[in-house]
Amino acid sequence: MTSDTMTALLDVADIRKSYGAIKAVDGVSLTVAAGEILGVIGPNGSGKTTLFNTILGQVAPNSGRVLFEGEDITGLPSLRLARRGIGRTFQSLQVFGRLSVRDNLIAAGQEFLDTATQRLFAKPDAGLGSRADEMIALFNLGHVAKREAGRLSYGQQKLVDIAMAFMPAPRLVLLDEPCAGVNPALIEELLGLLLRLNQDQGGSFIVIEHNMDFVMRLCGRVICMAQGAVLAEGTPDQIRANKAVLEAYLGD
Amino acid sequence: MTLPRILRWGALAIAIAALWLLPTTLKSYGIYILTLWCVYVIAGLGLNLTVGYAGQISLGQAGFLGIGAYTAALLAKLGVSYLLIVPASASLCFAIGIGLGFPALRVQHHYLAFATLGFNMLCFLVFRNEDWLTGGTFGINDIPRPVLFGYRITRAADFYQLTLVMMIALAALMALLLRSPWGRAFAALRDNPIRAESVGISTTFYTLMAFAIGAAFAGVAGALFAPLVGFIEPASFTVTNSLAMLLMVIVGGSGRFFAPAIGAVIVVLLPEWLRFAADWYLAVFGFLIVVMMVWLPGGLLSLPDRIARR
Ligand SMILES: Nc1ncnc2c1ncn2[C@@H]1O[C@H](COP(=O)(O)OP(=O)(O)OP(=O)(O)O)[C@@H](O)[C@H]1O
Ligand SMILES: [Mg+2]
Repeated sequence: MTSDTMTALLDVADIRKSYGAIKAVDGVSLTVAAGEILGVIGPNGSGKTTLFNTILGQVAPNSGRVLFEGEDITGLPSLRLARRGIGRTFQSLQVFGRLSVRDNLIAAGQEFLDTATQRLFAKPDAGLGSRADEMIALFNLGHVAKREAGRLSYGQQKLVDIAMAFMPAPRLVLLDEPCAGVNPALIEELLGLLLRLNQDQGGSFIVIEHNMDFVMRLCGRVICMAQGAVLAEGTPDQIRANKAVLEAYLGD
Repeated sequence: MTLPRILRWGALAIAIAALWLLPTTLKSYGIYILTLWCVYVIAGLGLNLTVGYAGQISLGQAGFLGIGAYTAALLAKLGVSYLLIVPASASLCFAIGIGLGFPALRVQHHYLAFATLGFNMLCFLVFRNEDWLTGGTFGINDIPRPVLFGYRITRAADFYQLTLVMMIALAALMALLLRSPWGRAFAALRDNPIRAESVGISTTFYTLMAFAIGAAFAGVAGALFAPLVGFIEPASFTVTNSLAMLLMVIVGGSGRFFAPAIGAVIVVLLPEWLRFAADWYLAVFGFLIVVMMVWLPGGLLSLPDRIARR
């Protein structure tokens, strides 16, 4: 083991996942250091979401290994990963539609407190009220905090979804296309937010995104995938200048 | 306290006072119907947790009502104190409820409906065929009214008030459960199980709990039902009864706290009101359900919201 992999927060080695003849993920390796923001770009169907799903226990990889903080977490169910400090958002919206925005946030954090029995007798907000209010302020959701999440606009629901991932102060968050369907003003806000969460709270992220401007301004390092494999890896500038990337993705 | 809150608590206090005093104006049959309403509300509170709050489906609630009732009847015959009978019925149903939760971990929707329906039929067959324990088709007769603190509750009005107190206590307990962190976890399970797992909420645990707690409420309802009617038979705990209880929750407004109270009025009273229609009552009932599902899918309690949103 090199010193590089020893300090890595997340170490993904040679992940493969096929659907029949389709090699959705074809031998991907990557590392994320603590405090780093890694971008993942690539054309539609290049295996980005499948890669996330194999890391996050949603889909069992055919082979490969995932280490988180030095421990093997390959194939652990998402519940266990959440409790170990890995948060995520999905490519599609995933909120608790009939709960209020504030309750969505509290729900996202409460399972990290105490035992199930202690939670049964806990206060209604499980002592997470102030944390939820912080997130509501941070994500500018104050005016809709008491509304049912399912009745908000798509962009606002997306913010709720992302805020939920941050409720339990995870050490690593995987975001799958946070900008999709979000208006430009909100995207700008989101960019500022993620940078602040990274700087103030030391959050480490992996971000899948098609919005190049967003990726280039947010991420310190970017991976470009094509046909299930890593095509190129480097700083945003290196990726932008990479010939193969231009041909496979950015050029069109 | 804000004004709407004061009004709400006031309305609740008046409703409880009215329910407490109602027997003085009623004949014994009226009191019996009212007591039956309380019993169904208790079972409905449990089912509303399973179905309305946790988003599962169950056609097995009458099975649990039966298990609670048979347990209570058998223990009462053995001379066991009523103070032990109620927790015994509740715990047995809780344990079996966990068992019924397991299919729900694998299947959803109509498959789950069939699995729970199968459970209810199994209960029915056990009640009917295990003569040595349950008395078979004849059931169990002469179930004594409970003795509490040395006083046998024989008067209909007294037994009604005991049932009413139980109902209010259990409703309060349910309200506390729903406001605890668990309540939010149940709703998360209903609204989006995948997201729930990804934020650390164990869908396995809360699915099992939703069934077990829902079943325990039916167990208590059964422990009140047995001494109320005085004799129990398998026919009281059929799939039809489960269906009626499910409809009760849906008609009232699945996932709304007072749904069982409203729904039980319809399930208990409608057969009385529609008695002139004899066997046609089920057809009328079915027709009303269809009409409601089409025009008011959120149940009767969604009516104020609907009007407000106009
Ligand atoms: N459950 C599945 N069954 C069969 N094929 C699948 C499944 N999930 C993904 N695939 C295939 O795997 C490949 C990679 O899909 P994936 O969703 O990971 O791409 P992506 O990079 O996230 O694309 P996008 O940018 O459109 O979100 C695609 O060819 C897709 O059709
Ligand atoms: Mg994708």
